[in-house]
Amino acid sequence: MDGDFQFLFELVTNGILTGLMYSLVAVGFVLIYKSTDAINFAQGEFCMIAAIVVAGLLQLYDLPLIVALAGGLAFMLIFNWGLERVVLRPMIGRPIVAIIMATIGLALMFRGLGPLVFGAETQPINLPIPDDPVIWGPFFLIPIDMLGAGISLAFLAAFGWFFMKSRKGVAMRAVADSHQVSMAMGINVERYFALAWMLAGVVALLGGVVWGNAIGVDTQLAQLGLKVFPVVILGGLDSIIGVIVGGIIVGVVEALAAGYLDPIVGGGTKDFTPYVLMIIVLMIRPYGIFGKPIIERI
Amino acid sequence: MLVLNNIEVIYDGVILVLKGVSIEANEGRITTVLGANGAGKTTTLKAISGVLRTERGDVTRGSIEFKGQRIDRLRPHEVVKLGIVQVFEGRRVFANLTAEENLIAGGHIVSSTAKMRENMEKVYTYFPRIAERRHVIAGYLSGGEQQMLAVGRALMSDPNMILLDEPSLGLAPMIVEEIFGIVQRLRAQENVTFLIVEQNATLALEFADFGYVMENGAVVLQGPAEELRGNADIKEFYLGMSGDEKRSFRDVKHYRRRKRWLG
Repeated sequence: MDGDFQFLFELVTNGILTGLMYSLVAVGFVLIYKSTDAINFAQGEFCMIAAIVVAGLLQLYDLPLIVALAGGLAFMLIFNWGLERVVLRPMIGRPIVAIIMATIGLALMFRGLGPLVFGAETQPINLPIPDDPVIWGPFFLIPIDMLGAGISLAFLAAFGWFFMKSRKGVAMRAVADSHQVSMAMGINVERYFALAWMLAGVVALLGGVVWGNAIGVDTQLAQLGLKVFPVVILGGLDSIIGVIVGGIIVGVVEALAAGYLDPIVGGGTKDFTPYVLMIIVLMIRPYGIFGKPIIERI
Repeated sequence: MLVLNNIEVIYDGVILVLKGVSIEANEGRITTVLGANGAGKTTTLKAISGVLRTERGDVTRGSIEFKGQRIDRLRPHEVVKLGIVQVFEGRRVFANLTAEENLIAGGHIVSSTAKMRENMEKVYTYFPRIAERRHVIAGYLSGGEQQMLAVGRALMSDPNMILLDEPSLGLAPMIVEEIFGIVQRLRAQENVTFLIVEQNATLALEFADFGYVMENGAVVLQGPAEELRGNADIKEFYLGMSGDEKRSFRDVKHYRRRKRWLG
């Protein structure tokens, strides 16, 4: 195979894998948005907290990985349930902006508290998978990326099924559509809010562990939240398929920018090209590629 | 079956909206509440269904009883479980869900999926038009279809009683007749009790058994529908019939004086 083409091929495949790992984090935004109509800016911090807990259980108590993961899962479920109870439930019925500002406040708080409680040094999470790339025909793949992409696809498929086919998923979408009407239809709206936040906690754990393995666990991990924001906007805030496609696009664009633009300008384009793309998409389709346009009867 | 006992509703802790409303809706009957904009009709329904609290309103005095049980402290989904469901003014379908998903959401409290499907088939027999359009996003349905969907969605929860808020709003007369026809069939075949809020008094009194007239947050007149149809004040103020000869401007003033007396 031609060398240039080989290079492009590698960039694209790795971009796709990284992109799917972004999707795993991005779906947390979608879960909250689909049920509460608010954007949770603390999703990146959730990933950080989940990863810190898992890393802590691994390092400090020397627990086996599976136990540490279970511990992390339990922690995130309780943590997010409590958060919904204490901070977000009292805000039901308030303007969406108030809820969004509250999540920004939470995000900054966690980012400050994280190092204070757990220390600032980077902790590793070592999953029992090899670091060496796998060379498979023309593919040149990194195992953690493959694992992350696989987990991502599996969970996104599960969520997609949940929202489209299951009765609870339909009820959740009804709640997002109108809190008041859902209540009047006999749906316990608060319970669905709690469910959404707990699900967001679960994906935060997955995202936090996968990314923690890839880049190490410290407050930098919280940057993931903003990092995947173009993914969410590109795909549409309320679309699971959008998250997959948005993730792949962002991953590939980043990889191409790193491969072709960085050598010319001296580096750094990888970090902002997704945002450029996001702004362009916002201009053309404000609700994203797969998002719901606002239906208004005239 | 449903008894509102001298209820008072206050919004935001200061705005008195209902000033002692007493209404009774008997089993198997169609009861209607008439009145102009701002009379408190919708607030009355919201007080019953419990969604009032999401609008920072509260029943501060009096009681609401359904089958002898007090419901004015219950949360909306608990009220639905007891068998009362509200159909909102202006349809309020879940615009981003398909017609069928709207029905699924409406049947949320029915725990058995088989029973939910059965209810859905029942709704489709009452509203064949919805069956045809089941996979269409509800926001793109016509106004009449949306109203039918809203009634069908309410039916999904197996209600004993449906609170219907302004079903005629913004719809063509033919569609309105059709919807009221279905209301009558539901009453006869499913034994559903209705409490209907309407501005279109002619129509409401044609279908209802008993009627109340509200003004300024209080009931000012009540009686069997045929009696109300014959009432001179109702005829003049709500049915648009004013006796024999044309009125002069002086009589219009007279109308306003009379109106104040009514309130």
